[in-house]
Amino acid sequence: MSTITTEELAETTLLRFATAGSVDDGKSTLVGRLLHDSKSVLTDQLEAVERVSASRGQEAPDLALLTDGLRAEREQGITIDVAYRYFATPRRRFILADTPGHVQYTRNMVTGASTAELTVILVDARNGVVEQTRRHAAIAALLRVPHVVLAVNKMDLVGYEEKVFAAIAEEFTAYATELGVPEVTAIPISALVGDNVVDPSSHMDWYGGPTVLEHLETVPVSHDLSHCHARLPVQYVIRPQGPDHPDYRGYAGQIAAGSFRVGESVTVLPSGRASKISGIDLLGEPVDVAWTTQSVTLLLEDDIDISRGDLIVPSKDAPATTQDIEATVCHVADAPLTVGHRVLLKHGTRTVKAIVKDIPSRLTLDDLSLHPHPGQLVANDIGRVKIRTAEPLPVDSYADSRRTGSFILIDPNDGQTLTAGMVGESFAAPEPVKDESEDDGWDF
Amino acid sequence: MTTVATVSEETGSPYALSHLDALESEAVHIFREVAGEFERPVILFSGGKDSIVMLHLALKAFRPASVPFSLLHVDTGHNFPEVLDYRDRTVDKHGLRLHVASVQDYIDRGVLKERPDGTRNPLQTLPLTEKIQAEKFDAVFGGGRRDEEKARAKERVFSLRDEFSQWDPRRQRPELWNLYNGRHAPGEHVRVFPLSNWTELDVWQYIAREGIELPEIYYAHEREVFARSGMWLTAGEWGGPKDGETVEKRLVRYRTVGDMSCTGAVDSEADTIEKVIVEIAASRLTERGATRADDKMSEAAMEDRKREGYF
Repeated sequence: MSTITTEELAETTLLRFATAGSVDDGKSTLVGRLLHDSKSVLTDQLEAVERVSASRGQEAPDLALLTDGLRAEREQGITIDVAYRYFATPRRRFILADTPGHVQYTRNMVTGASTAELTVILVDARNGVVEQTRRHAAIAALLRVPHVVLAVNKMDLVGYEEKVFAAIAEEFTAYATELGVPEVTAIPISALVGDNVVDPSSHMDWYGGPTVLEHLETVPVSHDLSHCHARLPVQYVIRPQGPDHPDYRGYAGQIAAGSFRVGESVTVLPSGRASKISGIDLLGEPVDVAWTTQSVTLLLEDDIDISRGDLIVPSKDAPATTQDIEATVCHVADAPLTVGHRVLLKHGTRTVKAIVKDIPSRLTLDDLSLHPHPGQLVANDIGRVKIRTAEPLPVDSYADSRRTGSFILIDPNDGQTLTAGMVGESFAAPEPVKDESEDDGWDF
Repeated sequence: MTTVATVSEETGSPYALSHLDALESEAVHIFREVAGEFERPVILFSGGKDSIVMLHLALKAFRPASVPFSLLHVDTGHNFPEVLDYRDRTVDKHGLRLHVASVQDYIDRGVLKERPDGTRNPLQTLPLTEKIQAEKFDAVFGGGRRDEEKARAKERVFSLRDEFSQWDPRRQRPELWNLYNGRHAPGEHVRVFPLSNWTELDVWQYIAREGIELPEIYYAHEREVFARSGMWLTAGEWGGPKDGETVEKRLVRYRTVGDMSCTGAVDSEADTIEKVIVEIAASRLTERGATRADDKMSEAAMEDRKREGYF
């Protein structure tokens, strides 16, 4: 046990990332290895794993057991939902959305990727890029995950051959780039043996890059905000009812994108009224500037009518409001989404009535082919929808802003979350899809 | 109070939040969402460190206004006196309203039966769910963290409960981006976990950074304890020591604070927050594994109790 100094306990940064891959690719073993080799597995957890492994007659502790959650899964030996894992190194804290890679669990991968800054896609070095790999790449591209890692696993089973790795890395990178993925980092690993997961491999001298963990520790977690549209969805209006603050009216929310500064001219949507920022409270501390994803309270110079659901934006950079939204969606509920479906749409802090006007196409992730007018989307389907909302909404394109370009559809009857939506074009790249129909609304 | 941005080495960007700031901001966002969307929210408050951090975050979320939630304590009747004292002082200090659901009361009325092992944690479910029904709470904040236990790793931030407070893992809604869905039918409620993404170490680091006061039993102190099931338990009227168990005076601290009958102390000399953090960071035992008898019952114990409406 190494001794830990308080210096090492200082504040670090936080990276949220997701994994995609199937049981057969060794994903649970990779996650178990990350937790184990980064010393994030504690003695009693490891003892439990050793106990169960031994009772099943396995020789070595099965690291995949570290990430098994619910009883149904333990019995079936599969993972059926998104599980969140936590580990830390002196350099960074990690939140891992661990999602199953099986075909029918697209919705879980979409869920995990929605909050991820990075996705690790796992392939088996013996099989290379398969249909499922292409699906995973497409989901990372659709969800605009900024960083993608291709972990080529089971290198020990292909003799640690550089050319096997290079061919897979090249094929995958070409495909992902075509989809508009901005950055791919390929790493040859063996999760079982421990090569290049946490510790550098002694079997692959030809590889000069970082291990998976080194890459996770150093990938940038913040962006240059100077090109972002600043957005603050108002969650709650703070009005103290006391003699100390007779005139305080603060608009509380988490900055969804960009930054705000005291003195800046802002516009409130959908009303369009304008004012200036007279103060910013950062959880009780006055500050001059605040940025995404800080939770703040804005104070304005003018007393205008603002309530939950409004969006505060810079006057010089206000989005248009619209009642007609076209988006790429992933349907996440068991019951289908149909044309004419009456739903609730939650965008930022605003929930409005809406109706599904049209479902122009369904997208097959395996080969990116389009199927025109499917009539409905079933669970795990990805498709294009046109939605009419009861009130105008200030939506951004998802490509510009993951938080103000996304929405969910909710069933008004039972409250189920039906669909996850991303406003605007599906992929960053100009023409990744094979349109099987006449042009019907795809605007590439 | 940090208002200084962490400049990350790799990018030189001043816009990366430290991990504590990111977690704090996320929790505040969750509190404000609930305030905006629910009628009668309540915070489960036990006087344990997680609920203390929850309350601290709620206070920050609505500053300079007061917290628009009341507090609810499920009192097992076996609570540490230091913790009850802390609870009452906190409620007074912030002018909050405290609801208490009492396990002892249910035992006295014959509705619940004392278990042979004297543990009352599993008995909390009924008083809790009946209080939620009676008071018509529609959002109930819990201090649960996903890192605590395997069944919790899949818990949502907004976790839907039916009118019996039951948790059905297959009825939980996908949570995308930070768009939480709090819709529920009358009689149903939503359990909300603002500390979902925090680890034990994060909680302690945050307590240190914010200078949050805790009940003294979290720090090393001399106490009369006896050994049972590999833990140091506090002697008391709740059912210990029994024959063959000897009381001794030891220097100990508590890592979690629950029922006296099932919360064990650990040998420790850490009498300041810094020393506690160093000890935890160096510890090779999870928080619950070391000190909570109730989680050791079976591998599926927590999952079963969550289904019944436990925290």
